Amino acid sequence: MAIELPIYMDNAATTPVDPRVLEAMLPYFTQKFGNAASRSHRFGWEAEEAVDYARVQVAKLIGAASEKEIVFTSGATESDNLAIKGVAHFYQKKGNHIITCKTEHKAVLDPCKRLERQGFEVTYLTPAKDGRVSAEDVRAAITDKTILVSLMLVNNEIGSMHPIAEIGEVTREAGVLLHCDAVQGVGKVDFDVERFKVDLCSISAHKMYGPKGVGALYVRRSKPRVRLVAEMDGGGHERGMRSGTLNVPGIVGFGKACEIAVSEWRADAERLHALRERLLGRIRGSLEEVHLNGAELPHAVPGIVNLSFAFVEGEAMMMAIKDVAVSSGSACTSASLEPSYVLRALGVNEEMAHSSIRFGLGRFTTEEEVDYVGDLVVSEVERLREMSPLYEMYKEGVDLSSIEWQAH
Amino acid sequence: MAYSEKVIEHYENPRNVGTLDKEDASVGTGLVGAPACGDVMRLQIRVNPETEVVEDAKFKTFGCGSAIASSSLVTEWVKGKTLDEAMALKNSEIVEELNLPPVKIHCSVLAEDAIKSAIADFRAKQAKRSEAAE
Repeated sequence: MAIELPIYMDNAATTPVDPRVLEAMLPYFTQKFGNAASRSHRFGWEAEEAVDYARVQVAKLIGAASEKEIVFTSGATESDNLAIKGVAHFYQKKGNHIITCKTEHKAVLDPCKRLERQGFEVTYLTPAKDGRVSAEDVRAAITDKTILVSLMLVNNEIGSMHPIAEIGEVTREAGVLLHCDAVQGVGKVDFDVERFKVDLCSISAHKMYGPKGVGALYVRRSKPRVRLVAEMDGGGHERGMRSGTLNVPGIVGFGKACEIAVSEWRADAERLHALRERLLGRIRGSLEEVHLNGAELPHAVPGIVNLSFAFVEGEAMMMAIKDVAVSSGSACTSASLEPSYVLRALGVNEEMAHSSIRFGLGRFTTEEEVDYVGDLVVSEVERLREMSPLYEMYKEGVDLSSIEWQAH
Repeated sequence: MAYSEKVIEHYENPRNVGTLDKEDASVGTGLVGAPACGDVMRLQIRVNPETEVVEDAKFKTFGCGSAIASSSLVTEWVKGKTLDEAMALKNSEIVEELNLPPVKIHCSVLAEDAIKSAIADFRAKQAKRSEAAE
């Protein structure tokens, strides 16, 4: 089969909309375009019905006891903000301490930083080398002032998974709320807010073959009942937690994407596992000094493969495989000129962080694409290593850490 | 990040990739940058000690496409030049030739440092030799 270029291998950044999702959405743009808040006519009722149906589909995927626990938002950044700031502001009389981890998404870290400026105390846990914190780490950090723990299900850069179910036992016992940014994990790995004892959970449609611009926050309604201060003032939509006209077509698509995930995630995960092994086998079989960043399976999601190719810089690598869409932890790809904070928090040395590439495999990735990318990566790494003074020194047996580099 | 055509051209067809014998008295080696910063350039020149003309230049670079292109360009430029001429090379000329955006200016600075460091290495070697001869 001929390979069509460019190849999309950045499914941790976003995913294409599944054609079945698009089909479900289309009528809600032109025919069933009503405002779900219009109570006085059929257009409104139709839209509200569609939203309620989607609410059930989303609730089912994450194991929520009731669809009333689903608050639709514009995406996971909004959900994270609402969860963290909303809880902090509601429970500030009870305590002012929040626990999170250095490798969380900026949509979690930045609200925490803002809260610190408002007088809250935040503990940023340092993960182990594989990117995971343990339930013990969390237990040790909890004080009598702690009101919230926020930890992600799957890390977006390295795919590592915190043991959320074990952490849920600890937080529930301590009477502390647990927020989980589950964006990269929902519909991809085993997850259930009841079994995992999660109290708030952020999800996003576009990471699971749904449309962009729509997400949800799960807010537990009983045992314990979670209360929030809303971020947005307005019409009191979503039981007062998120004002603003509902994105009905987006929500319908989100619901459909969740429904598909319920029935297909296990098969998807198995297929992605095989593709991951295929890609790793192809690359590691031909190249030395390739390091996997993050955790090995089963403590990582199969679709995210983050590799450091020693002696080759990440941006040069991306340029070499320019017909393949991937991401790099290299400084050069960010505006800040700092290499990935996630990799640095893991203790990956900066040189290796500069050499990292994230491959994001997804539902529509084929074996042929994986083979093509694997072979291309091997030949381009070989070419760039021939050009690399570091590789030459390594081959001559020079210890690179013994050299006094002139940093500039 | 969008690259200029010239950067892409040098990146895809780098000139003068390779290694000269760093123990050779007529060879000057400049090794600049640091792995932790994401770029390391090694620029080497072979100089005729009589005429001080650069007869050959080679590079190896760990870095982004702009870093590779900057070093490739510099090896091309210094060949056939005298050391004084090579010493006068400015990073701004590299920026202009390769159309580097502001975030990539440090690549051109590194290339200028590399050639200056190679010339200094060659001159130090020559000074040592003449001392030994005296």
